[in-house]
Amino acid sequence: MFLVDTTSTATDERDVGGAAQPMLIVRDLKKHFAVRGAAVRSTARVHAVDGVSFTVAKGETLGVVGESGCGKSTLGKLLMHLIDADSGELIFDGGAIGTRDMPLTQLRRNLQMVFQDSSSSLNPRLSIETSIAYGPRVHGASASEAKAKARDLLVRVGLRPDIFAGRYPHELSGGQKQRVNIARALALDPRMIILDESVSALDKSVEAQVLNLLRRLREDLRLTYIFISHDLNVVQYISDRVLVMYMGKIVEIGAVDEIYRRPRHPYTKALLRSRLSSSPDERIKLAPLTGDPPNPINPPPGCRFRARCPHARDLCATAEPVLEDGATGRKVACHFAEELADA
Amino acid sequence: MTDITTGNTITFQGPPAVSGGAEARSRGYWAGVARRLRHDRFTLFFLALALLIILGALIAPWLGLPDPFQTSMARRLKPIGFKGHLLGTDELGRDLFSRLVYGGRTSLLLGIVPVVLATLIGGLLGVVAGFFGRGVNMLIMRVMDVFYAFPSVLLAVAISGTLGGGILNGLIALTLVFIPSLCRIAESATVQIRALDYIEAARATGASNWSIIRTHVIGNVLTPVVVYASSLISVAVLLGAGLSFLGLGVEPPTPDWGQMLSSLRQSIYVQPLICALPGLAIFLTSLSFNFISDGLRRAMDVKA
Amino acid sequence: MIGYIIKRMLYIIPVCLGVTAVCFALMYLAPGDPAQALLPPDATPEDAAYLLRLYGFDQPVWVQYGRWVLRAASGDLGVSLQSQRPVFREVMSALGNTAVLSAGAVLLAFVLAFILGTVAAYNIGSRIDQASTTLSITGVSVPNYWLGIVLVIVFAVELGWLPAAGMGSAGSDSFSLTDWAQLRYAILPIITMSVLPLGIIMRSVRASVAEALGQESIQLLRAKGLPPYAILTHAVKNAFPQILAVMGLQFGFLVGGSILVETIFNWPGTGFLLGKAILTRDVPLLQGTILVLSISFVIINLVVDVLQSIFDPRVRRT
Repeated sequence: MFLVDTTSTATDERDVGGAAQPMLIVRDLKKHFAVRGAAVRSTARVHAVDGVSFTVAKGETLGVVGESGCGKSTLGKLLMHLIDADSGELIFDGGAIGTRDMPLTQLRRNLQMVFQDSSSSLNPRLSIETSIAYGPRVHGASASEAKAKARDLLVRVGLRPDIFAGRYPHELSGGQKQRVNIARALALDPRMIILDESVSALDKSVEAQVLNLLRRLREDLRLTYIFISHDLNVVQYISDRVLVMYMGKIVEIGAVDEIYRRPRHPYTKALLRSRLSSSPDERIKLAPLTGDPPNPINPPPGCRFRARCPHARDLCATAEPVLEDGATGRKVACHFAEELADA
Repeated sequence: MTDITTGNTITFQGPPAVSGGAEARSRGYWAGVARRLRHDRFTLFFLALALLIILGALIAPWLGLPDPFQTSMARRLKPIGFKGHLLGTDELGRDLFSRLVYGGRTSLLLGIVPVVLATLIGGLLGVVAGFFGRGVNMLIMRVMDVFYAFPSVLLAVAISGTLGGGILNGLIALTLVFIPSLCRIAESATVQIRALDYIEAARATGASNWSIIRTHVIGNVLTPVVVYASSLISVAVLLGAGLSFLGLGVEPPTPDWGQMLSSLRQSIYVQPLICALPGLAIFLTSLSFNFISDGLRRAMDVKA
Repeated sequence: MIGYIIKRMLYIIPVCLGVTAVCFALMYLAPGDPAQALLPPDATPEDAAYLLRLYGFDQPVWVQYGRWVLRAASGDLGVSLQSQRPVFREVMSALGNTAVLSAGAVLLAFVLAFILGTVAAYNIGSRIDQASTTLSITGVSVPNYWLGIVLVIVFAVELGWLPAAGMGSAGSDSFSLTDWAQLRYAILPIITMSVLPLGIIMRSVRASVAEALGQESIQLLRAKGLPPYAILTHAVKNAFPQILAVMGLQFGFLVGGSILVETIFNWPGTGFLLGKAILTRDVPLLQGTILVLSISFVIINLVVDVLQSIFDPRVRRT
């Protein structure tokens, strides 16, 4: 069995800041999109990501959950620098991204992404091997080096190179394609990977296999994950901590067990209640989340969740709650989090 | 999108989903296209016909044909099969078959070269416009819109009419006529491809724009562009011969189908059958390229 | 929808400006000094002086362009060097003759294409369908300048049923479609011109009707046991806006591209005028004809788009 060189060594020489230095620090990240086709184009803006701050420790997996349109995919693309943020600060292993400490090319080597849709995430005209080898080629590897690397990685993700290297995407199943996508993300030996709905399109049985592969890779290669998904069960399975987003803001963040056992924010509570349970005895007793999220264009002042919140009061309409520290590293953005703790 | 010259609607479909059977195993897209073409006898027939016409034009001087420039007042407008003249003679007594074979040289030149040039120029402009978007897109596509506002025949006639006759001016005129439509096809295909995740993934590796365009965009834009361009060859053959027919394009005494048709037109009362022959050559050539293009479209699975 | 129509109408302003710029630039495409190139070989000194005044060649290019556009907008396209008549009047009277042929050809093509395309769509994949597809490809492969000659050979030379060329004794000013003695002159040109749009409209009819037949609403009617003709009526109704748009565009192409057919039949339309202008290197006439034809094409396109957006709200072409 081939091993992927650098990352599998006992101490990672790329670890600049030491174990205590978070892998990623995100400070007040903002991205607003101008709404196209608006009659008056001046002020209509979607606040896709609106002042988000969090940290990701080395070796941990941070789950990001929320309804579709809450900004979680935009967040992933902002972290990858696939789209430019309006404002905010990103620090990767102690180096501010875009400065001399962490230039963008170096970030690309350290941070990679696995996309959702397995059918459009691979170039249909390139063989699997060529697709995986593309990254190393871009970073100056010779054709034979890149090819050897691609074959090593195919082994790592559980695909036999002699069978799969020369195949084309249309000849693969969804699960196989997603394994190739993971191999491609690993091709630059990254230290951190953003997984954007990476298993959402797969069948349940295939999903479990890919999740186990991701867990194994995390141990073997000492990877750090940001796992974006709308599937709360999957997030619970793979994450150490979880971040709940609602309309571009973090409403709650903390250890996965804590949050799943005792959610504090009304939105988190509703979200967890609405998930499907595998056990027929655990029927949904309380009302799940009703209604749609309000129009994300120019949101009103106050708490963004108040229109759907069963506990909303006058204060919620005027003051926007900030993400406040709670016990055991948990943070909640609700005026009445303490009060509702036992509700 | 609807195209200006033929009215074809071309939709980019992406590669066909081939089931992973034993036959389809580990083959590239183009291998699949070739395999499907091999089984299409109708298209193969017209491919052979087109190749025959092209080959005839290429090796005309070595075929032992009568001199296509040798005039003879005594042998003017003789019927088909007249004394060693397989297809008779023209209004100046020149061997018609020989002139038809030689005439293929300029007619095919005017049919193929402008399409190739326009594919390169228009395709590249379209990819650049589609990939970079915004201002670049605006600039390129609005200029194309202006040229799109001319019917193709009118634009070709206008340009070569102003530049004057001659093959080179004909080539320039036809190339300019085809650039806008090819640019549009390439642009819309690029816009669709640019939104796909594998482009984002390539960006995430830190690849430069040109590297992404070379590796990931061009290969995928090629399908709709090639299918469309192949349909333009027949249009270019018709237009090119049309220009020569009008006295633009190729000038006498160089044999060219359009120009031959034009000068034989005066003799329809004497030898109607002979007069129709150069046009028949244009028709067969154009027909062959159209059927080839149609077969190619099916083999490449691009919806028309 | 109103917003779309207004936007679409405003959009032709920059396009028209671009078109005028191209027409103006044509003069500079000609090899050599434009002032010299504009002059026919047999030009008199008066001609030269007139041209200099008309174009103001001593001025900067953009001034020349501006003056030219302003004059063109007021209908002054200069005077033909050959006939000494105003270009605008010549082109406009010819435009009517071209429109007669183009409209006739599109209508003829439409009737045939509609029948063949609908039959093909209803029997999709069958031999009838394959034959009609082959016919449509053949239609777009025929050089119409050759077909015209063949038709003349058969119907004028051999059979003597129809006139070979021209417009008849009545001339272009009093042409009447109701008078058979005059109409017969238009028959061969119309048939000649109709072949290309026939192929294209047929393909479009087949595709649109086939698509409409595949829609769930129509599948439902089929399942309910509606007779074929009733189903076809529904399908055709759905497909109609698309077909209408293709017809409109084809009309525009015919008007703009009539030069070859009109040359063959000596039909005094805009294409014939254009041919004459090229032959005699009559630049004001050439430029004016091209300008009028391309602006007409832009306007036809606009009308087609607006009509289509009214009939079919799904389509908002830009």
